[in-house]
Amino acid sequence: MPPLLRRVLVLCASIFAVLTFNFFLFHIIPGDPIRLIARSQRLDPEAVARLRTTYGLDGSLPEQYGKYLSNLAHGDLGYSFSLHENVADIVGRALLNTLILLTVSTLIVVIVGIAIGVFAGSRQGTRSDSTTVVTSLVFWSLPTFWVGMLLVFIFGVWIGGLPISGITTPNAVYGNWFQYISDIGRHLILPTLTLAIVDIAFFVIITRTSLLEVMGEDYMLTARGKGLSRRTMVWKHATRNALLPVVTASVLYISALVAGAIQVEVVFSWPGMGLLMYNSVMARDYPTLEACFLLTSVAVLVANFCADLIYRRLDPRVTVGT
Amino acid sequence: MTFDLGAIDGGAVAAPPRRTSNLRLLWRDRLGRTGLILLAISALMAILGPIVFPFDPAQVGANSASILQPPSLTYWLGTDELGRDVFSEFLAGARISLFVGLMATLISTIIGAGVGVISGYFMGPVDGGLMSMTDFFLVVPALPLMIALGAIFGQNLLIIILVIGFLSWPRTARIVRSQTLSLRQRQYVARAKSLGASDFRIIRKNIAPHVMQLIVANTILVVAGCILAEATLSFIGLGDPDRISWGSMLHFAFVSGAIGRGAWWYFLPPGLGILLVVLAFTLVGHAFERIDNPRLRGSA
Repeated sequence: MPPLLRRVLVLCASIFAVLTFNFFLFHIIPGDPIRLIARSQRLDPEAVARLRTTYGLDGSLPEQYGKYLSNLAHGDLGYSFSLHENVADIVGRALLNTLILLTVSTLIVVIVGIAIGVFAGSRQGTRSDSTTVVTSLVFWSLPTFWVGMLLVFIFGVWIGGLPISGITTPNAVYGNWFQYISDIGRHLILPTLTLAIVDIAFFVIITRTSLLEVMGEDYMLTARGKGLSRRTMVWKHATRNALLPVVTASVLYISALVAGAIQVEVVFSWPGMGLLMYNSVMARDYPTLEACFLLTSVAVLVANFCADLIYRRLDPRVTVGT
Repeated sequence: MTFDLGAIDGGAVAAPPRRTSNLRLLWRDRLGRTGLILLAISALMAILGPIVFPFDPAQVGANSASILQPPSLTYWLGTDELGRDVFSEFLAGARISLFVGLMATLISTIIGAGVGVISGYFMGPVDGGLMSMTDFFLVVPALPLMIALGAIFGQNLLIIILVIGFLSWPRTARIVRSQTLSLRQRQYVARAKSLGASDFRIIRKNIAPHVMQLIVANTILVVAGCILAEATLSFIGLGDPDRISWGSMLHFAFVSGAIGRGAWWYFLPPGLGILLVVLAFTLVGHAFERIDNPRLRGSA
């Protein structure tokens, strides 16, 4: 079987596993889901039957499962009872906002993190190296949501000057597109800064470790013997090879990134998937929570698949074999 | 036959009395030593703190003048949004945060080591099946899953520990599996087998002890992750309402608007507490990694 086809099959199997897992999670809620949804012990049987039909909980389990899959295939994610709207519409808007936040912050985190990691790794044992390592370990130990809270306090209460909530200024009137975009940009500053403060450290540590491994290889000794300059050695020879493990490690980062985004969205009321998930937990809005979990998981699976493809493209050694 | 089969091979196993020398190496490592000291401080805080300064969640302020009071001689860290003493609440939170982190790590390590050893030792289809499951849990985003599980199964300490523990094992399983794969190729395992030792005995006597030594660094780092996970879950509002942790303190500080009112004494201590404990475990974990892999040395 060609490797690519195999990976696509694994991806499909994983997505199917998530779908099924999601079904069991929300359809076999301990106790009766209807009671949880209605939040009442006394319901007349007719109302219970109506709620069952609304939330796809009538019929036998296999029947429910079939209905669940067919609804998903039609893009029907159910109806949110806290927001009184189709979940698919709500989630669509939230997804776009989350993507804006993630794209901007990931670019900054990855580029700055790798640069600092190479800087520190190429000066192993020096003062600037150990300072970088200690700072990174401290920052990576920070709870993301708390960093956000501190920034809200500093820039919202203490000094002021930067928007601390939402994606745009409420009731703002924009003269042109540029004003609209720059308003979003201003609202992006603190959420991005929060993610950057914590997550840059991850890439610094991974890149540094990987660079140290590479610097110990024989071909680096050869490079030095050839009389190459330090700069050429580090950036042309070592970094290129050191980046491979960084790509592999990014797979682990995707999960941390999602976790970070959820926290940042909650703290800064950024109207994305994370805030939606938080609000649906607060409102015990299971259909919305279910959709959030499903979409996030599938998105992460697909992102992993892409990271894997990139890795295989970068490193010809892995394509042989599997 | 009571003698340890692993001992026959002696030299080739290269396992001198490592435990003591490991601790000594850790103490010699500057960051490792800092981590150990921080750990001792946190442990003291969590064990003795609530005994010396007991926190009574029912002792709420008498009137609106007693809520969100800044630090004073009576209330060293001020009061929270219900007029309770933040300092004793902070100490009570230390206990819960550490307890959840350690318990979740215990569960995660048992599952991870179990799956890893079985997978690596038996190989073949068992390995294939277990590793597919591991890879699945490795890539499924943990926090959304924890939130979903927490929201469904309710908010109490046991559920939180189980949820975090059951979702933090895949990395341990991966590491243990690769170690087991290499251990089972060693000569003394083949010898034990030819002497008629059962699979269970080989795993228990020849594989598990060595694997355990190798996953110390990983396990310590898992504790840091579990404490952060608990803090995040509680901050989201899924903490046990009867057992206040640092994360749930920050949740209540956030939803009660303590930030807007500038009540820094309420939201600074729990965050610093989390930072202190997580950093302590991270420093010790990384120091162990440096001890295992000398190429990484030179940073401290």
